[in-house]
Amino acid sequence: MSDSSTASITVHVWRGNSEGGSFDEFQVPQQPSQTILDIVTWIQRNLDAGLSYRFACRVGMCGSCAMMVNGIPRWTCRTHVNKVMRDKQLTIEPLRNLPVIKDLACDMSEFFAKWNQAQGQFQGSTTRDEKIAPISPCSPEREAANAAIECINCAICYASCDVVAWNRDYLGPAALNRAWSLQNDVRDTAGESRLAAVAGDAGCHRCHSQQGCASYCPNELNPTASIAGLKRLTASDFLRRRYRSRHA
Amino acid sequence: MKAHRKQPLYLAFLLHRISGLGLALFLPLHFYVLGLSLQGDATLDRFLHWSQQPLMKFVEFGLVFLLALHFFGGLRLLALENMPWSNRQKNYAALAVAAAFFVAGGFLLRAF
Repeated sequence: MSDSSTASITVHVWRGNSEGGSFDEFQVPQQPSQTILDIVTWIQRNLDAGLSYRFACRVGMCGSCAMMVNGIPRWTCRTHVNKVMRDKQLTIEPLRNLPVIKDLACDMSEFFAKWNQAQGQFQGSTTRDEKIAPISPCSPEREAANAAIECINCAICYASCDVVAWNRDYLGPAALNRAWSLQNDVRDTAGESRLAAVAGDAGCHRCHSQQGCASYCPNELNPTASIAGLKRLTASDFLRRRYRSRHA
Repeated sequence: MKAHRKQPLYLAFLLHRISGLGLALFLPLHFYVLGLSLQGDATLDRFLHWSQQPLMKFVEFGLVFLLALHFFGGLRLLALENMPWSNRQKNYAALAVAAAFFVAGGFLLRAF
Protein backbone atom coordinates (compact mmCIF):
# COMPACT_ATOMS: atom_id res chain seq x y z
CA MET A 1 0.00 0.00 0.00
CA SER A 2 1.38 3.40 -0.90
CA ASP A 3 1.97 6.14 1.65
CA SER A 4 -0.65 8.31 -0.01
CA SER A 5 -3.46 6.00 1.16
CA THR A 6 -2.51 6.28 4.83
CA ALA A 7 -1.30 9.87 5.04
CA SER A 8 -3.54 12.44 6.60
CA ILE A 9 -4.38 15.91 5.27
CA THR A 10 -5.19 18.80 7.58
CA VAL A 11 -8.20 20.58 6.11
CA HIS A 12 -9.43 23.96 7.33
CA VAL A 13 -13.05 24.38 6.31
CA TRP A 14 -14.92 27.66 6.66
CA ARG A 15 -18.10 27.23 8.69
CA GLY A 16 -20.71 29.88 9.14
CA ASN A 17 -23.44 31.87 7.44
CA SER A 18 -24.12 35.36 6.10
CA GLU A 19 -23.44 36.86 9.53
CA GLY A 20 -19.90 35.45 9.78
CA GLY A 21 -18.03 32.32 10.69
CA SER A 22 -14.68 30.70 11.34
CA PHE A 23 -12.56 27.73 10.30
CA ASP A 24 -12.98 24.17 11.57
CA GLU A 25 -10.05 21.79 11.28
CA PHE A 26 -10.45 18.22 10.05
CA GLN A 27 -8.04 15.34 9.46
CA VAL A 28 -8.84 13.54 6.21
CA PRO A 29 -7.05 10.43 4.89
CA GLN A 30 -5.27 11.05 1.61
CA GLN A 31 -6.33 8.84 -1.31
CA PRO A 32 -4.98 8.41 -4.85
CA SER A 33 -6.61 10.68 -7.46
CA GLN A 34 -8.51 12.49 -4.71
CA THR A 35 -10.32 15.71 -5.61
CA ILE A 36 -11.21 18.64 -3.34
CA LEU A 37 -14.87 17.66 -3.71
CA ASP A 38 -13.93 14.16 -2.47
CA ILE A 39 -12.38 15.76 0.61
CA VAL A 40 -15.48 17.83 1.39
CA THR A 41 -17.76 14.85 0.81
CA TRP A 42 -15.59 12.66 3.05
CA ILE A 43 -15.81 15.21 5.85
CA GLN A 44 -19.58 15.41 5.53
CA ARG A 45 -20.06 11.64 5.47
CA ASN A 46 -17.56 10.72 8.17
CA LEU A 47 -16.86 13.66 10.45
CA ASP A 48 -19.57 16.31 10.32
CA ALA A 49 -22.92 15.60 8.69
CA GLY A 50 -23.93 19.23 9.17
CA LEU A 51 -21.39 20.54 6.64
CA SER A 52 -23.20 22.30 3.79
CA TYR A 53 -21.84 22.52 0.25
CA ARG A 54 -23.15 22.31 -3.29
CA PHE A 55 -22.40 19.92 -6.13
CA ALA A 56 -24.23 18.05 -8.85
CA CYS A 57 -22.48 16.41 -11.80
CA ARG A 58 -18.98 15.78 -10.36
CA VAL A 59 -17.49 15.87 -13.88
CA GLY A 60 -16.96 19.58 -14.54
CA MET A 61 -20.14 20.28 -16.47
CA CYS A 62 -22.67 21.78 -14.08
CA GLY A 63 -20.56 24.52 -12.49
CA SER A 64 -22.07 24.14 -9.02
CA CYS A 65 -19.14 22.97 -6.88
CA ALA A 66 -16.77 25.96 -7.12
CA MET A 67 -15.08 27.01 -3.86
CA MET A 68 -12.01 28.92 -2.73
CA VAL A 69 -9.16 26.42 -2.31
CA ASN A 70 -6.08 27.86 -0.61
CA GLY A 71 -7.37 31.31 -1.57
CA ILE A 72 -7.92 30.58 -5.26
CA PRO A 73 -11.35 29.91 -6.81
CA ARG A 74 -11.49 26.43 -8.33
CA TRP A 75 -13.98 23.84 -9.59
CA THR A 76 -13.55 21.33 -6.78
CA CYS A 77 -14.72 18.24 -8.68
CA ARG A 78 -11.86 18.54 -11.18
CA THR A 79 -9.19 19.88 -8.84
CA HIS A 80 -6.84 17.17 -7.67
CA VAL A 81 -5.62 17.45 -4.11
CA ASN A 82 -2.04 16.61 -5.17
CA LYS A 83 -1.87 19.68 -7.39
CA VAL A 84 -3.05 22.27 -4.87
CA MET A 85 -2.05 20.92 -1.44
CA ARG A 86 0.81 22.68 0.36
CA ASP A 87 2.56 20.97 3.33
CA LYS A 88 -0.33 18.51 3.71
CA GLN A 89 -2.68 21.44 4.38
CA LEU A 90 -5.79 22.67 2.60
CA THR A 91 -8.01 25.66 3.24
CA ILE A 92 -11.49 25.51 1.75
CA GLU A 93 -13.81 28.53 1.80
CA PRO A 94 -17.03 29.56 0.04
CA LEU A 95 -16.64 31.51 -3.20
CA ARG A 96 -15.52 35.10 -2.75
CA ASN A 97 -17.80 38.03 -3.73
CA LEU A 98 -21.03 36.11 -3.14
CA PRO A 99 -23.24 36.06 -0.02
CA VAL A 100 -22.89 32.84 1.98
CA ILE A 101 -25.99 30.78 2.71
CA LYS A 102 -24.22 28.28 4.96
CA ASP A 103 -20.66 26.94 5.17
CA LEU A 104 -19.44 26.40 1.59
CA ALA A 105 -22.74 27.08 -0.17
CA CYS A 106 -23.13 30.56 -1.68
CA ASP A 107 -26.23 32.40 -2.79
CA MET A 108 -25.85 32.64 -6.58
CA SER A 109 -28.93 34.89 -7.05
CA GLU A 110 -27.01 38.12 -7.76
CA PHE A 111 -24.68 36.28 -10.14
CA PHE A 112 -27.59 35.08 -12.29
CA ALA A 113 -29.47 38.36 -11.89
CA LYS A 114 -26.51 40.08 -13.52
CA TRP A 115 -26.70 37.67 -16.44
CA ASN A 116 -30.25 38.95 -16.91
CA GLN A 117 -29.16 42.58 -16.51
CA ALA A 118 -26.56 42.05 -19.25
CA GLN A 119 -29.36 40.57 -21.40
CA GLY A 120 -27.74 37.16 -21.52
CA GLN A 121 -30.72 35.54 -23.24
CA PHE A 122 -30.73 34.80 -26.96
CA GLN A 123 -33.35 36.84 -28.82
CA GLY A 124 -34.21 35.37 -32.20
CA SER A 125 -36.56 36.51 -34.95
CA THR A 126 -37.57 33.15 -36.40
CA THR A 127 -39.67 30.22 -35.21
CA ARG A 128 -38.88 26.52 -35.09
CA ASP A 129 -40.99 26.05 -38.22
CA GLU A 130 -38.56 27.98 -40.34
CA LYS A 131 -35.39 26.62 -41.89
CA ILE A 132 -32.24 26.47 -39.75
CA ALA A 133 -30.09 29.53 -40.37
CA PRO A 134 -26.97 28.64 -42.36
CA ILE A 135 -24.04 29.71 -40.15
CA SER A 136 -20.50 29.09 -41.31
CA PRO A 137 -18.43 27.85 -38.36
CA CYS A 138 -15.42 29.58 -39.95
CA SER A 139 -16.96 33.06 -40.04
CA PRO A 140 -15.19 35.55 -37.74
CA GLU A 141 -18.44 36.28 -35.85
CA ARG A 142 -19.12 32.60 -35.16
CA GLU A 143 -15.52 32.00 -34.10
CA ALA A 144 -15.79 34.92 -31.65
CA ALA A 145 -19.13 33.60 -30.33
CA ASN A 146 -17.75 30.06 -29.98
CA ALA A 147 -14.67 31.26 -28.12
CA ALA A 148 -16.88 32.58 -25.32
CA ILE A 149 -19.74 30.09 -25.35
CA GLU A 150 -18.56 27.22 -23.13
CA CYS A 151 -19.29 28.99 -19.85
CA ILE A 152 -20.71 26.65 -17.16
CA ASN A 153 -21.78 29.48 -14.78
CA CYS A 154 -19.47 28.32 -12.01
CA ALA A 155 -18.80 31.94 -10.87
CA ILE A 156 -15.07 31.30 -10.52
CA CYS A 157 -14.37 34.39 -12.66
CA TYR A 158 -16.80 36.37 -10.50
CA ALA A 159 -14.98 35.28 -7.34
CA SER A 160 -11.55 36.10 -8.78
CA CYS A 161 -12.52 39.63 -9.86
CA ASP A 162 -11.44 42.51 -7.62
CA VAL A 163 -13.68 44.94 -9.52
CA VAL A 164 -16.72 42.94 -8.38
CA ALA A 165 -15.43 43.25 -4.81
CA TRP A 166 -14.95 47.02 -5.20
CA ASN A 167 -18.22 47.74 -6.99
CA ARG A 168 -21.14 45.50 -6.05
CA ASP A 169 -23.12 46.67 -9.09
CA TYR A 170 -20.47 45.62 -11.61
CA LEU A 171 -21.98 43.02 -13.95
CA GLY A 172 -18.91 40.81 -13.71
CA PRO A 173 -16.89 38.73 -16.16
CA ALA A 174 -19.39 35.90 -16.74
CA ALA A 175 -22.36 38.10 -17.63
CA LEU A 176 -20.26 40.30 -19.92
CA ASN A 177 -18.67 37.25 -21.54
CA ARG A 178 -22.15 35.92 -22.26
CA ALA A 179 -23.21 39.30 -23.70
CA TRP A 180 -20.18 39.30 -26.01
CA SER A 181 -20.99 35.77 -27.20
CA LEU A 182 -24.53 36.85 -28.10
CA GLN A 183 -23.37 40.08 -29.76
CA ASN A 184 -21.43 37.88 -32.17
CA ASP A 185 -24.37 35.58 -32.88
CA VAL A 186 -25.68 36.78 -36.25
CA ARG A 187 -29.14 35.32 -35.52
CA ASP A 188 -29.58 37.40 -32.36
CA THR A 189 -31.73 40.54 -32.70
CA ALA A 190 -31.22 42.25 -29.33
CA GLY A 191 -27.75 43.65 -30.06
CA GLU A 192 -28.68 47.31 -29.70
CA SER A 193 -30.43 47.07 -26.33
CA ARG A 194 -27.78 44.63 -25.02
CA LEU A 195 -25.02 47.08 -25.90
CA ALA A 196 -26.87 49.76 -23.96
CA ALA A 197 -27.20 47.35 -21.02
CA VAL A 198 -23.46 46.61 -20.87
CA ALA A 199 -22.21 50.14 -21.62
CA GLY A 200 -23.37 51.67 -18.33
CA ASP A 201 -21.40 52.62 -15.25
CA ALA A 202 -21.43 49.05 -13.94
CA GLY A 203 -20.75 47.53 -17.35
CA CYS A 204 -17.77 46.58 -19.49
CA HIS A 205 -15.88 49.88 -19.11
CA ARG A 206 -15.55 49.27 -15.37
CA CYS A 207 -13.17 46.32 -16.03
CA HIS A 208 -9.53 47.03 -15.07
CA SER A 209 -8.13 44.14 -17.16
CA GLN A 210 -6.53 42.41 -14.16
CA GLN A 211 -7.34 39.16 -15.99
CA GLY A 212 -7.88 36.99 -12.93
CA CYS A 213 -11.03 35.74 -14.67
CA ALA A 214 -9.00 34.43 -17.60
CA SER A 215 -6.30 33.04 -15.30
CA TYR A 216 -8.68 30.89 -13.24
CA CYS A 217 -11.51 30.01 -15.68
CA PRO A 218 -11.62 26.19 -15.52
CA ASN A 219 -12.81 26.01 -19.12
CA GLU A 220 -9.98 28.26 -20.25
CA LEU A 221 -12.33 30.95 -21.52
CA ASN A 222 -11.09 34.52 -21.60
CA PRO A 223 -13.73 36.93 -20.24
CA THR A 224 -11.21 39.80 -20.37
CA ALA A 225 -10.96 39.34 -24.14
CA SER A 226 -14.77 39.34 -24.36
CA ILE A 227 -15.00 42.49 -22.23
CA ALA A 228 -12.34 44.17 -24.40
CA GLY A 229 -14.51 43.28 -27.40
CA LEU A 230 -17.53 44.88 -25.74
CA LYS A 231 -15.48 48.00 -24.97
CA ARG A 232 -14.57 48.33 -28.66
CA LEU A 233 -18.13 47.65 -29.74
CA THR A 234 -19.72 50.15 -27.33
CA ALA A 235 -17.13 52.82 -28.20
CA SER A 236 -17.59 52.43 -31.96
CA ASP A 237 -21.38 52.34 -31.50
CA PHE A 238 -21.21 55.61 -29.52
CA LEU A 239 -19.07 57.30 -32.20
CA ARG A 240 -21.35 56.02 -34.99
CA ARG A 241 -24.44 57.38 -33.23
CA ARG A 242 -22.75 60.71 -32.61
CA TYR A 243 -21.70 61.00 -36.26
CA ARG A 244 -25.20 60.13 -37.46
CA SER A 245 -26.88 62.61 -35.13
CA ARG A 246 -24.63 65.39 -36.42
CA HIS A 247 -25.01 64.50 -40.07
CA ALA A 248 -28.65 63.50 -40.12
CA MET B 1 -0.96 39.54 -1.06
CA LYS B 2 -4.10 37.40 -1.39
CA ALA B 3 -3.56 34.17 -3.31
CA HIS B 4 -5.95 34.95 -6.18
CA ARG B 5 -3.96 38.13 -6.94
CA LYS B 6 -0.69 36.28 -7.39
CA GLN B 7 -0.69 36.25 -11.18
CA PRO B 8 1.49 38.36 -13.53
CA LEU B 9 -1.27 40.52 -15.01
CA TYR B 10 -2.53 41.54 -11.59
CA LEU B 11 1.03 42.66 -10.87
CA ALA B 12 0.97 44.66 -14.13
CA PHE B 13 -2.29 46.30 -12.99
CA LEU B 14 -0.74 47.07 -9.60
CA LEU B 15 2.41 48.58 -11.13
CA HIS B 16 0.30 50.78 -13.39
CA ARG B 17 -1.75 51.99 -10.41
CA ILE B 18 1.26 52.59 -8.15
CA SER B 19 3.23 54.40 -10.88
CA GLY B 20 0.20 56.58 -11.62
CA LEU B 21 -0.23 57.37 -7.94
CA GLY B 22 3.50 58.15 -7.62
CA LEU B 23 3.33 60.55 -10.57
CA ALA B 24 0.22 62.22 -9.15
CA LEU B 25 2.05 62.78 -5.85
CA PHE B 26 5.05 64.17 -7.74
CA LEU B 27 3.01 66.71 -9.71
CA PRO B 28 2.57 69.27 -6.85
CA LEU B 29 6.37 69.22 -6.32
CA HIS B 30 6.87 69.68 -10.04
CA PHE B 31 4.57 72.71 -10.09
CA TYR B 32 6.27 74.10 -6.98
CA VAL B 33 9.66 73.99 -8.74
CA LEU B 34 8.18 75.64 -11.81
CA GLY B 35 6.71 78.26 -9.49
CA LEU B 36 10.20 79.02 -8.16
CA SER B 37 11.03 80.60 -11.50
CA LEU B 38 8.40 83.25 -10.78
CA GLN B 39 10.35 84.25 -7.68
CA GLY B 40 13.46 85.06 -9.70
CA ASP B 41 16.45 83.43 -11.36
CA ALA B 42 18.45 83.00 -8.17
CA THR B 43 15.82 80.92 -6.34
CA LEU B 44 15.36 78.53 -9.23
CA ASP B 45 19.11 78.27 -9.86
CA ARG B 46 19.68 77.44 -6.20
CA PHE B 47 17.22 74.55 -6.44
CA LEU B 48 18.63 73.35 -9.79
CA HIS B 49 22.12 73.39 -8.33
CA TRP B 50 20.90 71.43 -5.30
CA SER B 51 19.25 68.89 -7.60
CA GLN B 52 22.58 68.12 -9.30
CA GLN B 53 23.83 66.06 -6.35
CA PRO B 54 24.19 62.28 -7.07
CA LEU B 55 21.44 61.19 -4.69
CA MET B 56 18.96 63.35 -6.58
CA LYS B 57 19.97 61.65 -9.83
CA PHE B 58 18.89 58.33 -8.32
CA VAL B 59 15.63 59.92 -7.22
CA GLU B 60 15.17 61.22 -10.77
CA PHE B 61 15.91 57.72 -12.05
CA GLY B 62 12.99 56.49 -9.94
CA LEU B 63 10.80 59.25 -11.31
CA VAL B 64 11.72 58.51 -14.92
CA PHE B 65 11.11 54.80 -14.24
CA LEU B 66 7.63 55.53 -12.88
CA LEU B 67 6.88 57.79 -15.83
CA ALA B 68 8.11 55.24 -18.39
CA LEU B 69 6.30 52.41 -16.60
CA HIS B 70 3.04 54.33 -16.66
CA PHE B 71 3.58 55.34 -20.29
CA PHE B 72 4.35 51.87 -21.63
CA GLY B 73 1.76 50.26 -19.34
CA GLY B 74 -0.78 52.74 -20.69
CA LEU B 75 0.12 51.83 -24.27
CA ARG B 76 -0.39 48.16 -23.35
CA LEU B 77 -3.87 48.91 -22.00
CA LEU B 78 -4.79 51.04 -25.01
CA ALA B 79 -3.75 48.18 -27.31
CA LEU B 80 -5.64 45.67 -25.15
CA GLU B 81 -8.85 47.66 -25.30
CA ASN B 82 -8.75 49.03 -28.82
CA MET B 83 -6.99 46.45 -30.98
CA PRO B 84 -7.93 42.87 -31.86
CA TRP B 85 -7.24 40.58 -28.92
CA SER B 86 -3.82 39.01 -28.54
CA ASN B 87 -3.04 36.12 -26.21
CA ARG B 88 0.41 37.56 -25.51
CA GLN B 89 -0.76 39.81 -22.68
CA LYS B 90 1.87 38.59 -20.22
CA ASN B 91 4.60 39.18 -22.82
CA TYR B 92 3.36 42.73 -23.41
CA ALA B 93 3.30 43.45 -19.66
CA ALA B 94 6.88 42.15 -19.33
CA LEU B 95 7.86 44.22 -22.37
CA ALA B 96 6.40 47.37 -20.78
CA VAL B 97 8.47 46.83 -17.61
CA ALA B 98 11.60 46.06 -19.66
CA ALA B 99 11.13 49.18 -21.79
CA ALA B 100 10.68 51.28 -18.64
CA PHE B 101 13.94 49.90 -17.21
CA PHE B 102 15.67 50.59 -20.53
CA VAL B 103 14.53 54.21 -20.63
CA ALA B 104 15.20 54.90 -16.93
CA GLY B 105 18.55 53.06 -17.07
CA GLY B 106 19.53 55.15 -20.12
CA PHE B 107 18.67 58.29 -18.17
CA LEU B 108 20.82 57.18 -15.23
CA LEU B 109 23.80 56.38 -17.48
CA ARG B 110 23.63 59.83 -19.05
CA ALA B 111 23.20 61.53 -15.67
CA PHE B 112 26.80 60.84 -14.56
